[in-house]
Amino acid sequence: MSDKLGSPSRRDFLRQSLVAVPAVSLLGTSAIAQSQGGAAPATAGPAYTPHYFTAPEWEFIQAAVDRLIPSSEDGPGALELGVPEFLDRQMDDAYGHGGLWYMQGPFVPDTPPTLGYQLRFAPRDLYRTGIAAVDDWCQKQHNKHFSALPPEQRDEVLHGLEKGDIKLDQLPATAFFSLLLTNTKEGYFADPMYGGNKNMGSWKMIGFPGARADFADWIEQPGKVYPLGPVSIKGAKS
Amino acid sequence: MTRMKPVDVVIVGFGWTGAIMAMELADAGINILALERGDYRDTSPDFAYPRSADELAYGIRGGLFQPLARETITIRHTLDETAVPYRQYGSFLFGTHVGGAGIHWNGQHYRPSPEDMELESHITQRYGKKFMPEDMQIQDYGVSYDELEPFFDQFEYVCGTSGRAGNLNGEIKDGGNPFEGPRKREYPNPPVADNYAAKLFADAARTLGHKPFPQPSSNASQPYTNPYGARLGPCNLCGYCERFGCYMYSKASPQTTILPVLMRRSNFELRTNSHVTRVNLDNTGKRATGVTYIDAQGQQVEQPADLVIVAAFQMHNVRLMLMSGIGKPYDPKTGTGVIGKNYAYQMMSSIALFYDKDVAINPFASAGSGGNQIIDDFNSDHFDHGPHGFVGGGYILGGQTGGRPIQQLTLPPGTPAWGEKWKRAAKDSYLHTTGVQTHGSVMSYRDRYLDLDPTYKDSFGLPLLRMTFDWHDNEYKMTRFLTDRAQEIVDQMKPRQSAQTIRKPGDHYDTRQYQTTHTTGGVIQGKDPNTSALNNFQQSWDVHNVFVTGASAFPQNIGYNPTGLIGGLTYRSVKAIRETYLKNPGPLVQA
Repeated sequence: MSDKLGSPSRRDFLRQSLVAVPAVSLLGTSAIAQSQGGAAPATAGPAYTPHYFTAPEWEFIQAAVDRLIPSSEDGPGALELGVPEFLDRQMDDAYGHGGLWYMQGPFVPDTPPTLGYQLRFAPRDLYRTGIAAVDDWCQKQHNKHFSALPPEQRDEVLHGLEKGDIKLDQLPATAFFSLLLTNTKEGYFADPMYGGNKNMGSWKMIGFPGARADFADWIEQPGKVYPLGPVSIKGAKS
Repeated sequence: MTRMKPVDVVIVGFGWTGAIMAMELADAGINILALERGDYRDTSPDFAYPRSADELAYGIRGGLFQPLARETITIRHTLDETAVPYRQYGSFLFGTHVGGAGIHWNGQHYRPSPEDMELESHITQRYGKKFMPEDMQIQDYGVSYDELEPFFDQFEYVCGTSGRAGNLNGEIKDGGNPFEGPRKREYPNPPVADNYAAKLFADAARTLGHKPFPQPSSNASQPYTNPYGARLGPCNLCGYCERFGCYMYSKASPQTTILPVLMRRSNFELRTNSHVTRVNLDNTGKRATGVTYIDAQGQQVEQPADLVIVAAFQMHNVRLMLMSGIGKPYDPKTGTGVIGKNYAYQMMSSIALFYDKDVAINPFASAGSGGNQIIDDFNSDHFDHGPHGFVGGGYILGGQTGGRPIQQLTLPPGTPAWGEKWKRAAKDSYLHTTGVQTHGSVMSYRDRYLDLDPTYKDSFGLPLLRMTFDWHDNEYKMTRFLTDRAQEIVDQMKPRQSAQTIRKPGDHYDTRQYQTTHTTGGVIQGKDPNTSALNNFQQSWDVHNVFVTGASAFPQNIGYNPTGLIGGLTYRSVKAIRETYLKNPGPLVQA
């Protein structure tokens, strides 16, 4: 792993990805300390240029996932593991286009929630509409875009969306928040080939062996700690 | 419209029951054509390692499921509501392509209890007719456990089922299920070794006087060659079972147990990308002349056939019967009509167990069914229901089916959904958490049924199937009773903390929460053409050259997973077709 904190690609990543936000507020001092000296260095890889998200959306995404799964002494955060890249790549997938869902009308959005998702938005539209609405709300309330708010205030906004206390005109805040959180966790825990979970950082943190998918020898040893680290689908080991 | 060359038998849908029908009829020397709307699919290359070990692609995005974009169902809770589409996967999962839902099942392979087959008669006899709520509409299958026993056995030997007999020819055996109906011989394979959580569960259950035993599993425990000559490999507890194809050739599916032999038969043809939209009838309406399907290019094709076997997934069977006008549609207001009648489901609850860091559960070392332990003390009518006031029951399972972190990470109650505390809980809990589940029956009711939706259409412009369903009091009582018994076992397992997920009175059916894919009914079998769509050989009462296989035939749901019963009913039906019907086409049972 040649990707040290001071390497050009790392610097480019920080410069390009954290345009409007001070680096410290996103990555936090503990994450930087860990990536310098810890056993599992955080590596950002080459800078990723989003295909779907616009520059302001990209700032929002990074600022949001950094609060949903922050970096801490327990392990890497969503930002270091490339969750924004995961999200952007998903938007261009059939999933992002709503291709996996039944999307024919009529739409009855005020149906009881137990009958499931009934909005006309495909995921990529939910992100586009939701981000603009939240940024607009933040601008009116705090005179700043979401990504420019300090971490505590970003948390407050996210809590407001989660509980539906923040009312957005364009769509239910809870629907947007719920998709953002669900996809963030997907990117955090999915195989690294989808752009998130770089170097299997989340799998190492919790102890999941990834795509090993063979425990015939271990089932006869109940209660013993499994000794091997994760592998990825493409064969990376850790 | 293109008209194809006539065949003797056309099979609609090529999952478990389509493959069984084709395989068993191939020996009769007739021409058999199976029409499958999806693509061809086989273990290699479609489920090959390491691509199969991809939680996002299969577990979350549903790579093996029917794309809902093209066709779904609509759902409402009561008769006076407007149904809305089931737009994203949640509470149940349709299969697609060759193998159907027989690819992504878990291999949990049960026989029903003898009383399940004659439930209405049994409950009436033991507790009196008043024991059942007025709108409960349970019925007998019209065939007994004893009549089905050879066919359950046949399907288990095809699947290479791993388990331990509890009742061998009436003799109760240690270590098996003492409540099961008598079986004539042992399972073809011994049980898969227990996972650690299953051991903890079995020890606790035994302490309480219950009778734990290995969950019957069509995850082969050792290399196995089935009666057709198909070979299965031993399960390696990879942790990618439900929602996934099995790269080890060990989970029974049409691909591992039947297709290697069937695909070589010269009198069998499989035509994929063929979406059947109707069973055609002659001008009397009493005889089917074949089917109409839409081919890969979107063209309508007529396929004449002497015999039509409707073998798609339960809901698709019901829809095809309604679209074809076979049998009178069910009317919930009058209780008359038979197609769409007695839709039922299952009700699960679960208890998560959180242990301290010195207990290594290793949740990833799991199979869909192999390695788990269950108790059957509170299923079917294995206990006196009198004091409890409900019909039905379920089994209680200890163990796990995988430790895939997106979907199977369980955190202690009170953990925030995100942020630093969520992450710490994920790190601290993952390796030290397991679960106990209850898997319970749902009865059938007058106001729970399936019909065609008046508004929503599929991608061909045909009406979607509409489900009208919600839980009833009987089921809330059932799940409360079962969950209380499970909690007693959990307490005995001595976790640091435990947390229940249970559906309580007042909770509506929630399409967002996975329950089971064990949806049943709609083309039910029985003794009387006024109250059932099929006779006990799964033959239409109305159109004798139409047979309908699968869980659509269940008059109400059982506490067990349905595949063993589906296989047994199919083997019995095809034997009658081969030995009786083909020689002398006509009703196999006189109405």
